[in-house]
Amino acid sequence: MEEQTKCTNCMEQKTKKEVEELLTKYERHKDNLIQILNEVQEKYGYIPPIAQLTISEYLSIPMAEIYGVITFYSRFTLKPKGKYNISVCLGTACFVKGSQVILDRVKSTLHIEEGETTKDGKFSLDATRCVGACGLAPVFTVNDEVYGKATVKKLDEVLEEYSKKE
Amino acid sequence: MKTIEQIEEIRKKIRQELDIRVNSKSSTREKHILVCQGTGCTSSKSPEIIETFRKILKEEKIENVRVIRTGCFGLCAKGPIVIIRPEDTFYAMVKPSDCEEIIHTHIIEGKEVTRLLCKDVDGTMVKKLDELNFYKKQKRIALKNCGVIDPEDIDEYIAFDGYKALEKVLTQMSPGEVIDVVSKSGLRGRGGAGFPTGKKWLFTKQAEGEQKYVVCNADEGDPGAFMDRSILEGDPHCVLEAMMIAGYAIGANKGYIYVRAEYPIAVHRLSVAINQAKEYGLLGTNILGTDFSFDIEIRLGAGAFVCGEETALLESIEGRRGQPRVKPPYPANKGLWGCPTLINNVETYANITKIILNGAEWFAGIGTEKSKGTKVFALGGNVVNIGLVEVPMGTTLREIVYDIGGGIPNGREFKAAQTGGPSGGCIPKEHLDTPIDYESLSEIGSMMGSGGLIVMDDTKCMVNIARFYLDFTVSESCGKCTPCRIGTKRMLEILERLCEGKAGEEDIYKLERLANSIKKSAICGLGQTAPNPVLSTLKYFRDEYRQHVLYYECRAKECKALAKIEIDPEKCKGCGMCKKVCPVGAISGEIKMPHKIDQEKCIKCGSCKQKCPFKAIG
Repeated sequence: MEEQTKCTNCMEQKTKKEVEELLTKYERHKDNLIQILNEVQEKYGYIPPIAQLTISEYLSIPMAEIYGVITFYSRFTLKPKGKYNISVCLGTACFVKGSQVILDRVKSTLHIEEGETTKDGKFSLDATRCVGACGLAPVFTVNDEVYGKATVKKLDEVLEEYSKKE
Repeated sequence: MKTIEQIEEIRKKIRQELDIRVNSKSSTREKHILVCQGTGCTSSKSPEIIETFRKILKEEKIENVRVIRTGCFGLCAKGPIVIIRPEDTFYAMVKPSDCEEIIHTHIIEGKEVTRLLCKDVDGTMVKKLDELNFYKKQKRIALKNCGVIDPEDIDEYIAFDGYKALEKVLTQMSPGEVIDVVSKSGLRGRGGAGFPTGKKWLFTKQAEGEQKYVVCNADEGDPGAFMDRSILEGDPHCVLEAMMIAGYAIGANKGYIYVRAEYPIAVHRLSVAINQAKEYGLLGTNILGTDFSFDIEIRLGAGAFVCGEETALLESIEGRRGQPRVKPPYPANKGLWGCPTLINNVETYANITKIILNGAEWFAGIGTEKSKGTKVFALGGNVVNIGLVEVPMGTTLREIVYDIGGGIPNGREFKAAQTGGPSGGCIPKEHLDTPIDYESLSEIGSMMGSGGLIVMDDTKCMVNIARFYLDFTVSESCGKCTPCRIGTKRMLEILERLCEGKAGEEDIYKLERLANSIKKSAICGLGQTAPNPVLSTLKYFRDEYRQHVLYYECRAKECKALAKIEIDPEKCKGCGMCKKVCPVGAISGEIKMPHKIDQEKCIKCGSCKQKCPFKAIG
């Protein structure tokens, strides 16, 4: 148990160092907050508490305000995403072509809701608004791979494929 | 750092080299293979196509052939698209494995690869891009360079009159004259509301303040719209140039582009463009040797629809939650950090350079009396030719859906067209002949919006569509004012009850009353227009709402709680296609005998309905 706490601690220290490093290229202006959060989100797949603290000290913005900004923008998350993040496009063009059915199918297959991650940390699910491939609607993505002209059957095959992967 | 003369030299030299892009009779022996690298085509592997072409050309030691990445050609449904100039041959749905054949048959032997040519909606084979019905009624002003130039090469932009408007403005015109030209052109804001651009510029110029800012709103949040993204991806310099012209006109030296982080390609091309412009001295201090200085910075949005509202966008640039400010004061007087700020949409800027070069009269000659110029639409949904279209204002919806869009696929019927996204409305069949301009659209209960145009066929339930939009508004409401925060949530609850067959007739009245009060009392444009999808569907499809509460029926069979998917035994030929496609094995039946759906197992995904060749499932 003690070892584990220690380990979490060093992980935190490591993150803190990395975030501090990343902050050096930004001036201490409050308007840089969203830019910084975007970079942290990109790097870790979420915004770890230690990163929030580090940013708060650097920009002299209260933690509460940073939390407010994080929860306002849908791109920022407080929880890590799964290894394979599935995003089903719910833009109008995709919705009209039946993307709700695709989303429902992911939910019932993986037993997770939007914004959640499976217990084993393998899959997470998002509903996004327009990934920009309207010509291929309905569309879903797994990490950066785009799957167009989706059907329930195609989705099942893709999920099966990823389940077999490490 | 380049002088005006050096820029002119580049223009002349490169323009000659690029003549084959626009002149099909060009006498050069060179060939250019243009490959679309907009987001749509990139998703279907167009970068791999470029690599494969280059690899083959290198291996076969073929010279005089260049492979160029371009922005969106428009016809996304047929992507990835490859065009070969000067002959202008148009290949659709190209795969990396097709590259070899294109090089051998087309480039070496000089014959067309017939199997990759595109079939038009009427079945005719089309060899050239502009032979397609899709392009015949279009007029490209804002998208002029999209699909023609390499967006990551400033020389190509310069070759096609790039930075010529800036040069003209800086050397021959006073700021007042610039604003005069923009005003006279009749250009109105393309972000949705249609405020006269010249007036906005004038107000910001007249506002008192040492420091002023120019902002480009590229936070295209309307789901299913991709006009601004395509402009940024296909022709980023034209936006930069226009922002500089605006800066000169209003007296600003700093610009911000607020763009969605979800548009990585657009962000990348913009940063490349900014760096190139800086290298050439087209951005920075003493631009083109004059005493005008201007700098542009990119700011990334982080996925909040409300940041498309101008004051919310300003809050977000300043690093806070994107909550709209109460207006007045307008940004023209008190914007970014309290300084006078000019905010225009990407497409608005994309028109500026052309207006400066061709004159206000030329622009004012296009379009209708009150809406001048063209409008770009992202045509999507249940229509054959999904893609990006630019048409003169005043074109009718029918022309866009049928002539350009190629009509409704799968033998279905047109039910409604949705414009303006979550702020707009659904336009029914009887208004198909409405000319598209700002006034006509708001008269029929919709709005121009930023340009999303979603076509819906008769399998769509309008109550469910209204629910979809309200669901969007509720999750995107910033929470600042009560009507929007709580009101839209209550509206959504009523709509959900309707879709589940749990609502009564009085709910329709409640919904309508609530919608009207939100319209009057929300503080920002997005809140005030949030009830539009409900009000417009109530106006044109009220019988469908009534059917949901009186008979617990959904005629489009989209509301799952009310729908039952069945096979018509008279029409069913027993081909077994439905059985094969059913993901849950709910369909049973012998071959050549009518099949049946087990309602207990059926998840109502509609796959069988789509697949049935005899339209026996409904």
